[in-house]
Amino acid sequence: MSIESAKSKDFISEDPGGSSLWKDAWIRLRANRLATISLYFFIFISLLTILGPEILTSSYEDQDLNNTFAPPGKESLFGTDNLGRDLFARVLHGGRISLAVGFLATAVSLLIGVAYGMTSGYLGGKMDALMMRVVDILYSLPFTIFVILLMVLFGRNFILLFIAIGAVEWLTMARITRGQTLSLKQAEFIEAARALGYSHSRVLFRHILPNLLGPVIVYATLTVPAVMLLEAVLSFLGLGVQAPMSSWGSLIKEGSEKMEIAPWLIFFPGLFFSLTLLALNFLGDGLRDALDPKAAKD
Amino acid sequence: MVKFIVVRILQAIPTLFVIATLTFFMTRLAPGGPFDSEKNIPAEIKEKLEAHFGLEKPLHEQYFLYLGNLLQGDLGPSFKYMGWEVSELIAKAFPVSAQLGLFSLLIALVLGLPAGVVAALRKNSAYDYCLMTTAMLGICLPTFVMGPLLILLFSSWLGWLPPLGWYSFADMILPSLTLGLFYGAYIARLTRAGMLETLNQDYIRTARAKGASPIRVVLRHAIKGGLLPVVTFLGPAFAGLISGSFIIESIFFIPGLGRFFVTAAFNRDYTMVLGTVLFYACLIIILNLVVDLIQASLDPKSREP
Amino acid sequence: MLFLLGGCSAPSNVENAIEEKILHFGLGSEPQYLDPHLASSVSAHNVIIALIEGLVSEDPKTLKPIPGVAESWDISEDGLLYTFHLRKNAKWSNGDPVTAHDFVYSYRRILNPNLASQYASMLHGLKNARKYHEGSRVLSVEILNAGRGYSNRSEVSLVGSGTGFLGQLETNTSGSITSVQIIDAGKNYSSYQSIEIFDENGTDGTIRPLIGSLSWEEAKVGAVAIDNHTLQLTLENPTPYFLELLNHYSWFPAHPPTIKKFDAFEKQGTPWTRPGNYVGNGPFILSEHKVNSVIEVKKNPNYWDAETVSLEAIRFYPIESADTEERAFRSGFLHLTQTVSPDRIDFLKQNHPEVIHFEPYLGTYFYRFNLEEPPFDDVRVRLAFNLATDRQAIVEKVTKGGQVPARCFTPPGTGGFSPESRFRFDPQKAKALIQDYLDEKGLKSLPKIELKYNTSEGHKKVAEALQGMWKNHLGVEIQLLNMEWKVFLSTIEKQDFALARAGWIGDYVDANTFLHMWRTGDGHNNTGWSNVRYDELLELAAKESDPEKRFLYFEECEKLLSEHAPILPIYFYVHVTLRSPTVKGWHPTLLDHHPYKYVRLKNVDANLW
Repeated sequence: MSIESAKSKDFISEDPGGSSLWKDAWIRLRANRLATISLYFFIFISLLTILGPEILTSSYEDQDLNNTFAPPGKESLFGTDNLGRDLFARVLHGGRISLAVGFLATAVSLLIGVAYGMTSGYLGGKMDALMMRVVDILYSLPFTIFVILLMVLFGRNFILLFIAIGAVEWLTMARITRGQTLSLKQAEFIEAARALGYSHSRVLFRHILPNLLGPVIVYATLTVPAVMLLEAVLSFLGLGVQAPMSSWGSLIKEGSEKMEIAPWLIFFPGLFFSLTLLALNFLGDGLRDALDPKAAKD
Repeated sequence: MVKFIVVRILQAIPTLFVIATLTFFMTRLAPGGPFDSEKNIPAEIKEKLEAHFGLEKPLHEQYFLYLGNLLQGDLGPSFKYMGWEVSELIAKAFPVSAQLGLFSLLIALVLGLPAGVVAALRKNSAYDYCLMTTAMLGICLPTFVMGPLLILLFSSWLGWLPPLGWYSFADMILPSLTLGLFYGAYIARLTRAGMLETLNQDYIRTARAKGASPIRVVLRHAIKGGLLPVVTFLGPAFAGLISGSFIIESIFFIPGLGRFFVTAAFNRDYTMVLGTVLFYACLIIILNLVVDLIQASLDPKSREP
Repeated sequence: MLFLLGGCSAPSNVENAIEEKILHFGLGSEPQYLDPHLASSVSAHNVIIALIEGLVSEDPKTLKPIPGVAESWDISEDGLLYTFHLRKNAKWSNGDPVTAHDFVYSYRRILNPNLASQYASMLHGLKNARKYHEGSRVLSVEILNAGRGYSNRSEVSLVGSGTGFLGQLETNTSGSITSVQIIDAGKNYSSYQSIEIFDENGTDGTIRPLIGSLSWEEAKVGAVAIDNHTLQLTLENPTPYFLELLNHYSWFPAHPPTIKKFDAFEKQGTPWTRPGNYVGNGPFILSEHKVNSVIEVKKNPNYWDAETVSLEAIRFYPIESADTEERAFRSGFLHLTQTVSPDRIDFLKQNHPEVIHFEPYLGTYFYRFNLEEPPFDDVRVRLAFNLATDRQAIVEKVTKGGQVPARCFTPPGTGGFSPESRFRFDPQKAKALIQDYLDEKGLKSLPKIELKYNTSEGHKKVAEALQGMWKNHLGVEIQLLNMEWKVFLSTIEKQDFALARAGWIGDYVDANTFLHMWRTGDGHNNTGWSNVRYDELLELAAKESDPEKRFLYFEECEKLLSEHAPILPIYFYVHVTLRSPTVKGWHPTLLDHHPYKYVRLKNVDANLW
């Protein structure tokens, strides 16, 4: 407890300007080779899923009942599924939906979770207790019933998908953010900033937020796959992607049931899914390093 | 400390009340009832059928009746498993799920923590990349893929382990492993992130500067702070684990709470939904309390949990 | 490590079973009730038939009635009176004799409106059973105001608002009505507070019905115990399939002292169905029940035919996931599975033909149209969809489980009745019909149509395939919507769909169990279709005892269905299951009934997996 150094003061006095922080971060990110490769790969996959289905001759929904479960080959690059549909087209089409859902829903949960967690942790006391009990309550509500009710009340709406996913995924994010905020709040440089008379919002956004980004970014990169798979669960309840449209989550789910008969049905969607998320993960790590306010000092 | 715990327990009462109320009305508003089936029965008979379980009364009356019974510790009869009380079904299924959850958590911690620490200490090295790639694969392989995959390998091909059941120790290995690998991957990622965060903190640098051995620094100081996000994640995750995983319990045919939890919603088994939700809520509340306590003890600075 | 090795080198259930004589049974799902008078599922049936035996039993191959508790029976000429002679050595599992009174008690219980059994209507064939069962009746009426118009009548008709004739009153007249006696009052009166009495000139009085239930004795239900071992059942109509009907669990007896002990006569959810409490008269006794894990039954030494029973025990496992069930089977954990995942059928057929079985199953897979909304209010559109459905391709390329294309509604051969194939595949004609419709309505193409189904891989595949077919042949866009089961059920009940998936499994082997659902206003109709001739035909068939004539009526029903097409039959079900070759005495039957007392386990040399 006595080991805290007086160095944090230097950090405060430096007063990292907003624009230069992000600019520096970008430069540092570019210096990280793995992160850069990941970034390019990620852009490549995104373009592939956006443009691919437009260029491809076979559509995700064209059936050929005489050519079911065809293994990968010249005819269809990734093979065909139980209705003779081209898996390549389905993977690309599914990527569109999964990436959209994955990022939008994660962004929603990130925004809500971080804002909520920071507020709760920073305010502390009774407000914190109240806000965290609300989180406890939301954790406990039965998700299935919640989703069914949403659909009954609002019909099948794509936006609902984000609400449903956001509603569960922001909770842990909020708790992690709150934990970090609580701990940072007592750090000397924050106390110093407060002593200097900076406004609450300035302290929150300039000093606390950059310091808790590390775990938050990592948790966000973990949320993306969770969200994409949750989408497959939601489509069980009728929310989300409707057949015959595809998504990576639903392709993986269906593929896992046919693992032994047609391994390509799980392999290719799984490959795209894993590679994309791996890239995202390294990108996230790079971003974390780049944004780390203290890293510059190394 | 004691005061803090007492306050939190007092806070739990209104929290549980709100959960019970919301869940009660949510389940009743969802379309379909516990006695709906493909065979339509005349409205008169259905009314009588529902009357057996007090479902014909006005909703608010049912609600107060339920609350009244709840206060006496009575969770009511299950509508799906006729002749059984919700509380006895939970009492039988929970130990199974808890056992599975504990095993999985143990595996997850044993694999995830060291992996995360090593990756953080050897940041951007081959170790780091290998470990984190493996962890990410673990996260990308959802349990409904990992489970059948492990079964295929260890049961169908090698014939070492049984593919389902919950009878002997051997039965517990595959499901615990499936869950443990998944959570282990999460823990590894979060540990690494938390460690990196603390390793950069000034007090660690000071400790290092003062000449403390690196191992000592890691064990005494860095791990403490680094575990913060892990512990926060583990609170609800652990509650989820010991209250059962529907997917794992279905794949491995394990008679745990997770199957009750999910099927109750599908069956509109109102009392069972409420019973399992309240049980889970208690776990969440207790574990989040534990998390906050651990957090206070892990973090030297945050004395106010 | 020792643990591990011990766990895996142990012989499997199936290997042990030969010696232990235990059948390991994949039950599919946990039954809601084990009470025969409340049960309503296939899984409940599978357990209950081990625990309880009815008046008659089933031949394991043909399901023809053979002596059960009754050793013989006489049927009157007109087919209305059945006299059963119960065997003297039939015992309950606690040693009590099974008597005719027990059966009457059981019928009273299931027909008791307060018990609210979902399957009580199975007993409506008994004389007056319906009258007793269908709840509250008008017992007496209080005269609020009776006009003079009635003074000179001895009989008054009750007329409800818009619902027609509902009952009769007998008046005791001497200038004005002083008392009334109810001769027959329809059930709809139970919901009226007061009834207006009409005469030719209009309203002429008001009476208030006093509601109560009819007692068993008053109702004179046609079930009488002549003595301990003679039971007489009188039917409403001659019912050619009556003896087969008796094998449905709703006709099974329950042990009266046990029911009384747990106060379960008109109460649900009592613990009488737990192991230790359950008293049955079947070949097995309930010995263990772990919810969601296992139900175990052990051989009943008190069963009258215990000699025939070869199995020592049956263990039922409610494994819901078909994939898990298959893995269980492959590892020797199960002798037989409830289902096979549709995607696995091809693989298993090719690699393990000795264990996969395709058995006919009395059921039809079909879609309902909603006739109350366009475009399916027009018969041409419904016919076009039917004509554009290539049923052969569906069963060959999509379901692949040996299903039979449904070209009529009743599965051919149901109780000897095989309707003509009328639903054909003719895309040209379909196109012409749609064009005709579009021209008349001045439309370019059909609007997008929603097809609703409950979430399941199998339903999805069929829906996706049909979506493709209809797009090809009719140029119509179909939007698939999957729904969670209970949400789906309420959607169907509210008829909130354009096109929806459905399935019907026969309760007994007679066309009536299929055709009666399309009567006007039947609880299962849900299409909005109504046809006077159709209703009339079914009534004629019910009163007819000559099978030839009945079949003619049914045939005309089928013809009407195909002409009006309120439905789109797709295929007839097949029960696909995995069964170990060690299981002997197990035969494919239409209802998937398998009397366990004939089942034996025998070693075979076949190399399993």
